[in-house]
Amino acid sequence: MPIKTKFEVKLGAATREAFGRTLVELGRENKDIVVCDADLSKSTMTTYFAKEFPDRFFSIGIAEANMVGIAAGLASAGKIPFASSFSAFLMTKGFEQMRVCAAYPKVNLKVVGTHSGISIGEDGPSQMSVEETALACSLVGFVVLAPADETATKALVRLAAAHVGPVFIRTGRPKVPIVYAADQKFEIGKAIEAVEGSDVAIVVNGLLVAQAILASQTLEDEGISARVIDMHTVKPLDREAIRRAAAETGAMVVAEEHLVDAGLGVRVAQVVAETAPCPMEFVGIHDTYAESGQPDELLEKYGLVARDVAAAVRKVVARKR
Amino acid sequence: MPKSIEELQAICKRVRRDIIEMTGAAKSGHPGGSLSAVEIVVELFFDYMRIDPRNPKWPDRDRFILSKGHAAPVLYAVMAEAGFADTPIAQLNTLRKLGSMYQGHPDVRFIPSLEASTGSLGEGLSLALGMALGARLDGRSCRTYVMLGDGEIQEGQVWESAMAGAFHKVDNVVAIVDYNGIQLDGFVKDIMEIAPVADKWRAFGWHAIEIDGHDLPAIQKALREAEATKGRPTCIVAHTIKGKGVSFMENNPKFHGTAPSPAEVALALQELQ
Repeated sequence: MPIKTKFEVKLGAATREAFGRTLVELGRENKDIVVCDADLSKSTMTTYFAKEFPDRFFSIGIAEANMVGIAAGLASAGKIPFASSFSAFLMTKGFEQMRVCAAYPKVNLKVVGTHSGISIGEDGPSQMSVEETALACSLVGFVVLAPADETATKALVRLAAAHVGPVFIRTGRPKVPIVYAADQKFEIGKAIEAVEGSDVAIVVNGLLVAQAILASQTLEDEGISARVIDMHTVKPLDREAIRRAAAETGAMVVAEEHLVDAGLGVRVAQVVAETAPCPMEFVGIHDTYAESGQPDELLEKYGLVARDVAAAVRKVVARKR
Repeated sequence: MPKSIEELQAICKRVRRDIIEMTGAAKSGHPGGSLSAVEIVVELFFDYMRIDPRNPKWPDRDRFILSKGHAAPVLYAVMAEAGFADTPIAQLNTLRKLGSMYQGHPDVRFIPSLEASTGSLGEGLSLALGMALGARLDGRSCRTYVMLGDGEIQEGQVWESAMAGAFHKVDNVVAIVDYNGIQLDGFVKDIMEIAPVADKWRAFGWHAIEIDGHDLPAIQKALREAEATKGRPTCIVAHTIKGKGVSFMENNPKFHGTAPSPAEVALALQELQ
């Protein structure tokens, strides 16, 4: 459902907030939904679930490895466990447990990282997760999701609960612009063409989707028709959407709030290389740790706003000619 | 179906022979820590646990997790002797060979009757707590047993889970520490001292029982005491002998991770007549 009208930034809920609210809805619908949290429930927003379903909420304390293990055990007992903490701690400290206790035995575990990327802001680099997409995608059989806004989060959390198998969902701290109408349909592994375009494709996810849409409108005024593809599922990738975009436009930009060394960009580039090679540019974090600051200031300073996406598009379009 | 002590002892001897033969055939593996755990695993599968090998996914079954996954031979031999369909006795000697269901460490992809894939130390108790909490939510009376190595409790995650087990009052979990005193690099006390083990579990809020882990009546008594203990989980600290049952393997660090040679297999089997 491409966006036809002029896109205007209207802030919606943070994706972590949408996650927390959706968990409560799921909890009401299915008694097998259980939640584990590692002393961050007031930040990950699993606190809503904890208040309504205290018996199905397990406070694990500051012990992410143990939390992932317990959640995997709950899955083996037939529950649908959501284990949540900041992405920075959850994916790194719980990685080995995700690998051995969930990925390898194909356990029905759901892991939700919040406060992902540098947009956590003031807390600084120790809390900033700029590598967890790479780690998540290296877990065999995991589905890896990165929603753009509250509508996407609500839909993808529901799809994750319904999916049989391990899932990681990347959410963020700040409020983000509303991208989708409430009735937008989502499907795991099926990208959404948010903006139609024929000169270049921008493949993007998370809070960069809104920035890419804004960039496409600036570019349109310059006579560049940019297609914006929301790759909300990082794994498994929608290979056909990537191939078609590369073949039809002949130039591609990938933008993400993540290290460019190992995130969405390299995964998309692999598909492009295999199917329809074309010039590509990458917007993301370039081999650095960020710093404290307000989220907007950081996104601006580290090159993750519409201006940066547009610049990458101009560069890649020039290479095409 | 409960068995007499004599019957259980006879099964233990068969399991020890299986362990020697299968690790000997594999030319690799961990015989020492398999032999130390024989009485406990046999008692659980042949006497104490409510399980049905013909119905391995029975929802109300008791669960056993071998957190010290390198002792896979004892688990494979016991499950084979117990008659699970996916652990045939005839295949035990394919241990660690390409295509065998008897993988180097327990792997649910190959043996669905297993409760967990293990091998990375420190994780089994967390899994056990999750399974036990799930059973409690469902109102099931089943219990979850998890065997840890003594060296394994050097892993930090074990103490994260010990804290959580007491905090959440997971009294349907029993941790059993196979305290044989030896890990890969040598004697535990020389690698990283873990004593006093029972006191540590007590300090973390667990009921702890110390027993001779080769004494079947003592194991039975401890399991009954654990089941009768409400409001907190129980840890059985089982003092055992690495390589138990084979004179030249007993208390010998070499046999933590080295298989017996063909000559050693022959000698061991003579001792296990």
